[in-house]
Amino acid sequence: MAEQCARLWVQGNAVDLTLVGRSAGRIEPIASDLRVRSPQSEIHVVEAEFLQPATIQATVDSIAAVGPVDVVLIAHGSLPEQTDCQNDLVACHDALVVNGVSPVLFAEAFAQHMAQAGSGTLVLIGSVAGDRGRKSNYVYGSAKGLVTRYAQGLQHRFAGTGVKVVLVKPGPTDTPMTAHLKSGGAKLAPVADVAQQIVDAIGRGQAVAYVPGKWRVIMMVIRHLPAFVFNKLNI
Amino acid sequence: MKAISSWGRLNALPHQLIKLADPDQVTDVIRQQKPGVAFGNGRSYGDVCLNPDGVLWHTGGLDRLIQFDGQTGRLVCGAGVLLRDIQRVMVPQGWILPVTPGTQLITVGGAIANDVHGKNHHVLGSFGDHVRRIRLIRTDGQVIECSQQQQADWFAATVGGMGLTGVIVEADIQLRQITGPWLETETLPYENLDDFFKLADDSEAGWEHTVSWIDCLSDKGRGLFMRANPTDVGLPAEPKGRKLAMPLVPPVSLVNPLSLKPFNTLYYNLKKSKAGRSISHYEGFSYPLDNIMEWNRMYGPKGFFQYQSVVPREVGLAAVQATLGEIAKSGQGSFLAVLKTFGDRQPVGMMSFPQPGVTLALDFPNNGTKTLKLFERMDAIVREAGGRIYPAKDARMPRDLFEQGYPRLNDFLTFRDPGISSGLSRRLMGS
Ligand SMILES: Cc1cc2nc3c(=O)[nH]c(=O)nc-3n(C[C@H](O)[C@H](O)[C@H](O)COP(=O)(O)OP(=O)(O)OC[C@H]3O[C@@H](n4cnc5c(N)ncnc54)[C@H](O)[C@@H]3O)c2cc1C
Ligand SMILES: NC(=O)c1ccc[n+]([C@@H]2O[C@H](COP(=O)([O-])OP(=O)(O)OC[C@H]3O[C@@H](n4cnc5c(N)ncnc54)[C@H](OP(=O)(O)O)[C@@H]3O)[C@@H](O)[C@H]2O)c1
Repeated sequence: MAEQCARLWVQGNAVDLTLVGRSAGRIEPIASDLRVRSPQSEIHVVEAEFLQPATIQATVDSIAAVGPVDVVLIAHGSLPEQTDCQNDLVACHDALVVNGVSPVLFAEAFAQHMAQAGSGTLVLIGSVAGDRGRKSNYVYGSAKGLVTRYAQGLQHRFAGTGVKVVLVKPGPTDTPMTAHLKSGGAKLAPVADVAQQIVDAIGRGQAVAYVPGKWRVIMMVIRHLPAFVFNKLNI
Repeated sequence: MKAISSWGRLNALPHQLIKLADPDQVTDVIRQQKPGVAFGNGRSYGDVCLNPDGVLWHTGGLDRLIQFDGQTGRLVCGAGVLLRDIQRVMVPQGWILPVTPGTQLITVGGAIANDVHGKNHHVLGSFGDHVRRIRLIRTDGQVIECSQQQQADWFAATVGGMGLTGVIVEADIQLRQITGPWLETETLPYENLDDFFKLADDSEAGWEHTVSWIDCLSDKGRGLFMRANPTDVGLPAEPKGRKLAMPLVPPVSLVNPLSLKPFNTLYYNLKKSKAGRSISHYEGFSYPLDNIMEWNRMYGPKGFFQYQSVVPREVGLAAVQATLGEIAKSGQGSFLAVLKTFGDRQPVGMMSFPQPGVTLALDFPNNGTKTLKLFERMDAIVREAGGRIYPAKDARMPRDLFEQGYPRLNDFLTFRDPGISSGLSRRLMGS
C-alpha cells in the first residue's frame, strides 16, 4: 500500500521521499521504480530495525535531522495466522508488536519532531479488523485496535495545532499480505484504488478514513450488532 | 479455486490463481505449483491465458519499472507492468512505446507472448521488434536471458510464444522519442473494398498509423479509414479521461441483428459527415474503448468471440469480399469490425501472428452453433487463401488450420516448457 501511495506522490511531482524498511534489498527495487517514474524526485532508502524502541528513536531522529518532515506514512504490518497466535505465545507476541507497538513507537517518535516544528501530517494504517474483535483474527485485530485508540489520543493532543493525524482503516486489499487469500477466491479491493483514496484522505487531513469508503457503513453495522447476534456469525 | 474469464467472457471456469508478487519468488512458485500458465491482464479473448481447473500465475505484482536510460530510451521493467503505466510515466518525459495494440490495459508479458501489433505495423512492426532482452524463468528453475543476439532461438520462441516457453519476469524495451502526446489524424470514408485498398496503399508511405472501421453488414464493404501521424502542434489542455462503465451484464446481448444494422448506418453517416483532419490525443485515437470499462459485458451472459485472420495481400480483396458475404448472409456480427493492412515484413517470433497481408478482426456475440457454423465457412476462406488466425483472439479454431497457418510450429514445440499448459495449448497442440 505504501509503495502504491509513493507512486501517486511522485507522479508528476518532484518530491523528497525516504523509504524506511527492514531490508535494503527489499526497498531498493521500490526506490528504483520511483526514480524511473520521477527522475526529478529525491528518493532515499533507510534500512532499520523495527521492533526496538531505541533503534526506532534513532531511525526517526536521523530522518528528522535532515529536515522537517511534511508527511509520515506508517504502513508496516503483517497478517498472522490466528491459530498460530493461539497456540504459540511467541507468535502472538510478535504479531502484537509488529502491528501494534512498533507503529505506535514510530508515530510517537515522529510526533516529538512534529510537535516541535508545529506542523506535519502523521498517517497510521489501522484496519477494519481493529473495529471489533472476532474469532478469526482477534490478535491482529487487537494490535490494530491499539493503533486506533492511540491515533485518537494523538488527534486529541494535536487538536488546534498545525499537526494533523490521519488514521486509515483499509478493508481487505489485494497486496502481498493477502496473496494467500486471493487464491482462495477472497474479494479484495485493487491496491491502486485503495492507495488513491489514502492519498486523497491524507491531502484532506481526514481524521479517520475507511478505504474503500463502503467499509465505514459495513463496520458501523458490525460494531453495533448485539453480542447475541454477532456471536453466531462465523467471521 | 476462483472463476476466471478472459475478455470474451465465453465461460468462467475455476482456476487456482497464484499471485507472483515478488520477482525473487517466481522460481519457487512456478516450480512447485504446476502445470500452470502465466496470466497477465486477461485481455486475450479466448483460452490462450486460461487453464481451466488448473493453475494461473498472475503476473500483476511484477509491476515495477527497474531502470530507464534517458539518453538511449531503453526501459527495463517487470513483465506485469501495464502498457498504460509505461505510457503515462514516459510520455511526459518525451518517450513512448513504439507499438501498442488497441487497448493499453495489457501487460508487457502479454504484449510479448502474443507479439501484439498496432496501427503502425507497416512502419514499426510488432511489439517484439522493440524488445531488446527478455528474462525468462522455466518451471525447472532455469533462468534464460535472451535477445535477438543472445540465445536468439529462445527469443524467437518466446516472442509470440503464448506463454508456453516459460514465465517472462523482466524485459528491456526500446522506447521512441516524441515531441508530445498529440497526433494529427484524418478520417476518410470509403464506399467499397477497392477504395479501402487504394487508401491503404496511398497512406503507407506518408502515415504512421492506419486502420479502418468496416461496416460488416455492407456487402460492398464500406467503412471509415483513419490515419494519423505524431505532431508537435498540440492543444493546450489534455482531455480529462472521463470513465464510463458497463454497470451490469444485460440478460441478452445488446448487439443483435435488430440493433446492428441501424447502428452501423448511423455510425457510418455520422462519421462521414465529420470526416476530415483534426488533432487527437494519442490515448483517444489509439485506445478508444479504454474509457468504457467492461464494455465486453454488452454481449450478455453468453459472451462473444473475436475472429481475427490475416491473408496474403494478393488474395486479400477476394478473401475479405467473400468473408463479408458470409457474414451478411448469416446476419451476425458486431459494429466492432476492423480492417487493416500489415506491412511487408517478417515478425521476430516463430509463432507471431502478423504476416504481410490484410487483417480483418470482427466481434460476434456468442449464438452457439449458429456462430460456430459461420466460423467454419470463414475458416474455409482463410484456409484457401493461405492465411492464419490470431491465437490471442481465438477460442475455437480447428487444429489443422492452426497447423497450416503456423508452419514453424514443430520447431516451436521443442522450446515448450513441460510444466506449462493452457486451454489453448491443449486444444491446439495436444498438451
Ligand atoms: C479492446 C482490445 C483491443 C485489442 N487490440 C489488439 C490489437 O490491436 N492488436 C493486438 O495484437 N492485440 C489486440 N488485443 C489483444 C491483446 O493485446 C492481447 O491479447 C494481449 O496479449 C493481452 O495481454 P494481457 O497482458 O492481458 O495478457 P493475457 O491475455 O492475460 O495473456 C496473454 C498471453 O500472454 C501470456 N503471458 C502473459 N504474461 C506473461 C508472462 N509474464 N510470461 C509469459 N507469458 C505471459 C499468457 O500466458 C497468454 O498466453 C486487444 C484486446 C482488447 C481487449
Ligand atoms: N492488505 C489488507 O487487506 C490490509 C487490510 C487492513 C489493513 N492493512 C494494513 O495495511 C498496512 C500495509 O499492508 P499491505 O497490505 O500493504 O501489506 P504488505 O505489502 O505486506 O506490506 C507490509 C509491509 O510491512 C513490512 N513488515 C512486515 N513485518 C515487518 C517487520 N517485522 N519489520 C519491519 N517491517 C515489516 C513488510 O516489509 P518486507 O517488505 O520487508 O516484508 C512490508 O513492506 C499494514 O499495516 C496492514 O496491516 C492491510
